[in-house]
Amino acid sequence: MGDHQPVTDWTTDFDPTDDVWAADPYPIWEELRESCPIAHTDRYGGAWLPTRFDDVAAISYDTERFTSRNVIMSEFRPPVQFAPEGIAPPITSDPPYHQDARRMLLPIFSPQAINRLEPATRAYCEELVDAVRGHDVVDAAEQYAQHIPVRVIAEMLGLPESDADIFRGFVNHVIEGVALPLEQRAEGMVELFQYLLAHIEDHVANPRDDLITFLLESELHGEKLEPFDVARTIALLLIAGIDTTWSAIGAALWHLAGTPADRERLVAEPQLLPTAMEELLRAYAPVTMARLVKEDMEWNGCPMKVNDWVLLPFPSANRDPDAFDRPDDVIIDRQVNRHATFGLGIHRCLGSHLARMELRVALEVWLEAFPTFDLADPAAVRWSAGQVRGPRTLPIRVIDRRHTS
Amino acid sequence: MKVRVDRDCCEGHGRCYAIAPALFEPDEIGESREIGDGAVPSDQENRARLAVANCPEQAITIEES
Ligand code: HEM
Ligand code: SF4
Repeated sequence: MGDHQPVTDWTTDFDPTDDVWAADPYPIWEELRESCPIAHTDRYGGAWLPTRFDDVAAISYDTERFTSRNVIMSEFRPPVQFAPEGIAPPITSDPPYHQDARRMLLPIFSPQAINRLEPATRAYCEELVDAVRGHDVVDAAEQYAQHIPVRVIAEMLGLPESDADIFRGFVNHVIEGVALPLEQRAEGMVELFQYLLAHIEDHVANPRDDLITFLLESELHGEKLEPFDVARTIALLLIAGIDTTWSAIGAALWHLAGTPADRERLVAEPQLLPTAMEELLRAYAPVTMARLVKEDMEWNGCPMKVNDWVLLPFPSANRDPDAFDRPDDVIIDRQVNRHATFGLGIHRCLGSHLARMELRVALEVWLEAFPTFDLADPAAVRWSAGQVRGPRTLPIRVIDRRHTS
Repeated sequence: MKVRVDRDCCEGHGRCYAIAPALFEPDEIGESREIGDGAVPSDQENRARLAVANCPEQAITIEES
């Protein structure tokens, strides 16, 4: 996307926004794991791409030599002064600050807290399915998957559901707009913060039972959070929670639409869903994170320079034959599955319990409503480019149980 | 057989208490601890091994007795 030159050599000039990577990055990573397990590019001011599980894990654990000051690779490197908090704690924070910022949010995202959101999530999914009943072809990315995380997070935060399009616009700007000029990226951020601060002020005046009020009443290091701190935490939750989950739901439906045997088995054995879901999360992990190198060093034979980017392609780690049996086969009853889809180490996805609940409920409701479906036009499926990968156009032909029985 | 969660390594992925809810439970921040003294009834041994094999942080150990 953007005005980037097409990539011709993946070992020396990779770019996650390239059309070839967006369409199907797996062959690229497979080739790199064998021939050049830590690739390099001069783009973005210099970046590295480790593709093996062990290297991705080692860098995730090494918070001494790699900083999270920014986790989305672009031309912008936040100044060192931003450490250890970073622009959006805790994802952009390093130890020891990270732990406290994360600890504050963990109880809201605990499995027990997330379970309470399940009935409302199921009701949303059923509403979405009802809205497309009777259609022969449904865009499962646009008309289904995309709406679920937005509605759930809006409800959790206490933002009007009717603003869903606004959040999605912001998120798209941050994640997919990495090639935009700096000023344009900054403008989008200012707009997001103005919008959030208006809602936060309203919560200061009228506290309610939602996450914005909870954050306004939270303390970090003995001090109440300022509205700006609350705004950046919310911005993070919107950015981290929407495209990611949308991608995971979409990729799972894409797989089932194209693999009748797996779809039929899940319809017949719904109790297999939790296991199958982990396999779909492994095989189509949506998220690649980034780190910055803290100081010049040699890492695994690579001359890394201060402020070089390092990508952490969890989806490639999940396809490493040294870590998984038959990594490219989707085995929906795979028993041993130590996948890294939600990251490894201290930044383990804070929303993983929420994401798993949304994915499970989204698939349960869809399979219940439409047990028979396939890809209406495989060539029309379009995947997002960049660090969060999932189907953005996904025409699925559905056979509605109610119309046939 | 006994299971033990290394609380320093556990990051709360929750794979263990999803796979073996009779052996592990989440605390209030989603990190895991073994239930009781971690003793594994014989009909849960397979689940204990699966929990070990699926913990992304390799935080669970089994003590065979
Ligand atoms: C399937 C969906 C999702 C995937 C694959 C995913 C993936 C990830 C990954 C790989 C990380 C690690 C970041 C790193 O190492 O730098 C992460 C962190 C994070 N995720 Fe998710 N995520 C998903 C959904 C969500 C949701 C629904 C939320 C919340 C609404 C969320 C909030 C966060 C936050 C706040 C962090 C930062 C945690 C920290 O730095 O301590 N994510 N996610
Ligand atoms: S699977 Fe491992 S990291 Fe996750 S909660 Fe259990 S012990 Fe902790």
